[in-house]
Amino acid sequence: MSGHVSPKSTYYAVFGALMVLTAITVAVAFLHLGTLNFPVALGIAIFKATLVILFFMHVKYSSRLTKMIVGMAFFFLAILLLLTLTDYGSRGWYASDRGSATAGTQVTVTGPDRATRPAPAAEAK
Amino acid sequence: MPDGASIHAADHGHAHALAHGHEHEHVHHPAHQHHFQTMEQQAEASTLGMWAFLVTEVMFFGGLLMAYLIYRVWYPEAWSEGSQELNIILGGFNTVVLIGSSLTMALAVRAAQTGWRKGQIVFLILTMILGLTFLVVKVFEYKEKFETGHVPGPNFHFEGPYGPQAEIFFSLYFGLTGLHALHMVIGFGILSAMLWMASKNKFSPQWYTPMELSGLYWHFVDIVWIFLFPLLYLVDRAHNVV
Amino acid sequence: MLATESPVNYLNVNTSVASWLFTKDHKRIAILYMVVVTCAFILGAIFAAGVRLELTTPEGDLVSSDTYNKLFTMHGVAMVFFVLIPVVPAILGNFALPLMLGAKDVAFPKLNLLSWYVFVIGFTFTVVAMITGGVDTGWTFYPPYSTDGSNSNVLLAGIGVFVTGFSSILTGLNFMVTIHRMRAPGLTWFRLPLFVWALYATSLVMVLGTPVIAITVAMLAVERAFGLGFFDPRLGGDPVLFQHLFWFYSHPAVYIMILPPMGVISEVIACFSRKNVFGYSFVAFSSLAIAIFGFLVWAHHLFVAGISPYSALVFSFLTYAVAIPSAVKTFNWTATLYRGAIWLKAPMIWVFGFLGLFLIGGLTGLFTAALGIDIHIHDTYFVVAHFHYIMVGGAIMGYFAGLHYYWPKITGRMYSDYLAKLAALLVFVGFNLTFFPQFILGYLGMPRRYHMYPPEFQVLNVLSSSGAAVLGIGYLLPMIYFIYSLFKGEKAGANPWLATGLEWQTQSPPLPHNFPVQPIVTEGAYEYSKREIKVA
Repeated sequence: MSGHVSPKSTYYAVFGALMVLTAITVAVAFLHLGTLNFPVALGIAIFKATLVILFFMHVKYSSRLTKMIVGMAFFFLAILLLLTLTDYGSRGWYASDRGSATAGTQVTVTGPDRATRPAPAAEAK
Repeated sequence: MPDGASIHAADHGHAHALAHGHEHEHVHHPAHQHHFQTMEQQAEASTLGMWAFLVTEVMFFGGLLMAYLIYRVWYPEAWSEGSQELNIILGGFNTVVLIGSSLTMALAVRAAQTGWRKGQIVFLILTMILGLTFLVVKVFEYKEKFETGHVPGPNFHFEGPYGPQAEIFFSLYFGLTGLHALHMVIGFGILSAMLWMASKNKFSPQWYTPMELSGLYWHFVDIVWIFLFPLLYLVDRAHNVV
Repeated sequence: MLATESPVNYLNVNTSVASWLFTKDHKRIAILYMVVVTCAFILGAIFAAGVRLELTTPEGDLVSSDTYNKLFTMHGVAMVFFVLIPVVPAILGNFALPLMLGAKDVAFPKLNLLSWYVFVIGFTFTVVAMITGGVDTGWTFYPPYSTDGSNSNVLLAGIGVFVTGFSSILTGLNFMVTIHRMRAPGLTWFRLPLFVWALYATSLVMVLGTPVIAITVAMLAVERAFGLGFFDPRLGGDPVLFQHLFWFYSHPAVYIMILPPMGVISEVIACFSRKNVFGYSFVAFSSLAIAIFGFLVWAHHLFVAGISPYSALVFSFLTYAVAIPSAVKTFNWTATLYRGAIWLKAPMIWVFGFLGLFLIGGLTGLFTAALGIDIHIHDTYFVVAHFHYIMVGGAIMGYFAGLHYYWPKITGRMYSDYLAKLAALLVFVGFNLTFFPQFILGYLGMPRRYHMYPPEFQVLNVLSSSGAAVLGIGYLLPMIYFIYSLFKGEKAGANPWLATGLEWQTQSPPLPHNFPVQPIVTEGAYEYSKREIKVA
């Protein structure tokens, strides 16, 4: 079989980049970026993952089919996350005089606390 | 094996029909599985199979990530408080360790690609040591969570008004890191098998598929952690929320 | 019994039990699956009989409501996970795919065998759950009842479903790689039989969707066992989140159930019209389109669960979109019949049954896709009728069409064509008698999953239950004449249907490694114009 053999320097360079990016992630986490903290952390993580995928997992030198499969995985993960968010993101947008039919924007904790909750139902034997 | 000698004769028959310039190999590589026509086809198929499996793993973790996403948006305070209960030093250390193990794994696979037996063994052992280090640190982290009553379930205890939501945070913490750790344990087993095969000098530039597939698996496990670290340990460390 | 006097084939090459239990031959694995799936079908049918018996009278007088809940739950679990999902891919797909590709086996024969063992283990867990008390949550396992209220074997059944999912994943993975990497020389993508396209699309769904239900069931189990709050509102969780995650798989799952039978239909229609399938590339791409679009519609199961109406709008629109490729197939099959030389053998009769029933099922899906209508018919018998038309009228009839088509290849024997046509007719009539009244019942407001109903619904319910009896007889017949054919059936040659396709260019039953010489493909999949027409 003939797979692409990367030079060791490539691996060391990627490792170095990953270390730097990890340090940046931690440092940025302590900065006051408000709502941007989350997307920035995620963005750096995505970049790190991309480096691992392209170089450690050799996808840069793999067939188009392999690249499509990798893309497909993240595409469908995105569908799961984003389409579900169309529900959670738009709850509470509509409210009529007769009340809203949606499950609410979030669930308020007004029920009994753990101590007084009935124990989980036992399995039938 | 149910196959009789007559089938093997038919097997050789097919190679003659494949005449067009293809060299007829009478000597099969010991790892050649006979339903594949060539070693190259076998290697491509195996790699494709591993990638398809990794797709399923992405979706598997994806379900937990979906839950994480919803509840993080709903309960920013609980997320902030819960995350700050996690040890960022240990988490960061583990991240460095695991990325390091990815480096050593890539080098191990490279050693297999170039037929360097000693390199395969050294780098595999290094990968396993680093992986084990990660798991040991995780044990200490879990132990600490157990002692502070942050393990979800009947004994969960969290100060402050965000207790129940923090329980969801910790459920996801244990769910995600536990699932990840399980994958690492399985990966450790896989690496042991690779170590055994490497020590027997099974790999060469002609065939190193198991090493390549193991590498893919290990790197995937690394990638999951690359996401888990900021998602779990670095929530609101700048105290925007709490 | 089967082939002592005939040449070496995959059945007689070794008849020991060990050679079956440790086989790596995709054809034997297909038969192993057939055995377990048939058992699951019988089990599911027994539960269905319990349901329909109870529903012959308006009062809940045959069984208690708890027991009734268990009956319909276990009917659903058995049929969805252990029949509908594997029936065509794991049986007909396993058997025919490598043959159709001109390959010796699938890409990973050992994984294939493992997938069967995993299937058996999952089935065992589930059967144990059933016989040690049952499950009563509905096959949909919604919390909070499944986490907090139910006293039944939710955990055990959940483990069964979780394990079985891996069987599906392994099969899908295997098929994907096989189709990509093991096609015969000259077999380009657009020369592939449409059954292969369908199996490929199905594999995509299996690989992408199944892991999500696995993790969802795991979350459910952990919540139930440890009292966590993923889905518990009292602890800040959201029960609708479970529904999102559950249906993210379970909707694409219905495409796992219907795509392979659709592939079978393409094969049989082409052969028995002696014609190329009309619009081959459209049918091929429609399989991919269904697989991909199928992932975008799941929340139409949540229309009345409390999701945002804006989100519901989006999902309703997408649901209409996914109907389009299915319609494309239906039009193209019909166009294939036009000016074809129709040869009315048993497989074709089953295909006609499919076409009629799938049409009704598909159209009624459009009714339920409309938000305004679904508000009224959700959780009524209208929905029950809709999905049974697709699942039973579509998928199961498609399976039987394929079974009747491939039986000579699998066993080397012909069955009674007359009895097979009779069975198709009985199934068609029995099916309509069972499920058409349910559309009316649903429209009139009879809810599903209730063991009692207002007396004015009794006539329709009795009609439905009688139909179920006819349906049962219709399904019993094949078991009889197929088994009979193994002993007394006329020997089928390599190609009794004079079909195109590589699988018909080798002996029946095939050699253990399929082809004596590696086939090379030089033409498209349905060159029937070059074949003589047989006058039946």
